[in-house]
Amino acid sequence: MRESRLWFWHILSAAVILVLLGIHMGIMHLGELLHMAGIGSGDPVDSSQVFGRSRQAVFMITYILLLGAGLFHGLYGLRSMFFELSLSKSLEKLVGGVLAVAGIALFLYGSYVAIVVYQMNGV
Amino acid sequence: MQQRLKNRLGIMGWLGGGRYGMDRYAYALHRITGLGILAYFIMHIIVTGQRTGGVERWESTMAFFGSTPFKIGEFLVVLAFAFHAVNGLRLIFVELGWWIGKPGTPSFPYTYSTLRHRPLFIVFMVVAAVLMIIGGVDFYFVLK
Repeated sequence: MRESRLWFWHILSAAVILVLLGIHMGIMHLGELLHMAGIGSGDPVDSSQVFGRSRQAVFMITYILLLGAGLFHGLYGLRSMFFELSLSKSLEKLVGGVLAVAGIALFLYGSYVAIVVYQMNGV
Repeated sequence: MQQRLKNRLGIMGWLGGGRYGMDRYAYALHRITGLGILAYFIMHIIVTGQRTGGVERWESTMAFFGSTPFKIGEFLVVLAFAFHAVNGLRLIFVELGWWIGKPGTPSFPYTYSTLRHRPLFIVFMVVAAVLMIIGGVDFYFVLK
C-alpha cells in the first residue's frame, strides 16, 4: 500500500515537473531562440533578470514547488534503482533513510534560498 | 508476503536489450539520463543558492560557469531532459493504457504488447528528437 502510494506521488511529481521544468528549460535554455522571436529580453542568467524573477511571488512559489517535486521524483527514482539490486532489508532501510534525510535537507536549503532572495530589497 | 526474486544481473542488466529490444534500451537510457539530471539538479540547488550573497557573488559564480566546457555540459543536460521527459510521458501513457489499444481475443496473426507499444514509442522518440534539435539550434547561437 505504502509503495503504491509512493509510486502515485512519483507519477504526479513527474507531471508537475513536466510542466514547470518544461517552462523553466524553455526560458533558460531556449533564450537565444526566444530572443530572436521577440520574446524575452537577453541573457536569462544575467543578474538583473535572475533577481528580477526571484523577487516575484509567482516565481518563488513555483521554484519551491519544482524543488519539492524534483527532489521527490529524483530521489525516489534513485531509491527504486537501489532496491532493484536485491539489497537486504536493513540496507534498503538505510538507503531509504539517507535519501529521505538528503531530500529534506536540500528542500529546506532550496526553500530558504528562494524565500531569502524573494525578500531581498535594493539588489 | 510477496516473494521477491533475486536480481542476478544487477546494473549489468541495463546494458542488454534481449527480447525487449528498443524498449529495454529506452529503460536503460531513462535511468542513465535520470541519474545525470539528478546530479545536475543537486549541483543546481547549491549553485543557485549563491544568490543569497547578492549580485556580486552571483556574477562571479556565473563567470566561473560561463566557460565553454560548462556550456557543453548544460547542453548535455538539455538533451538528457528532452529524452527523459518525453520517454517519461510515454511511460505515463503506457501506465494508464492510453494509445496502446484495448485488450482483445487473441487471433492469428498474434500480436504482443511490445509490438503494440512500438508506434507510441516511435512517435514519442520523434518528439524527443525534435526537442533535441531545437535545443541544439539554440546552443549553436549561444556559442556563436
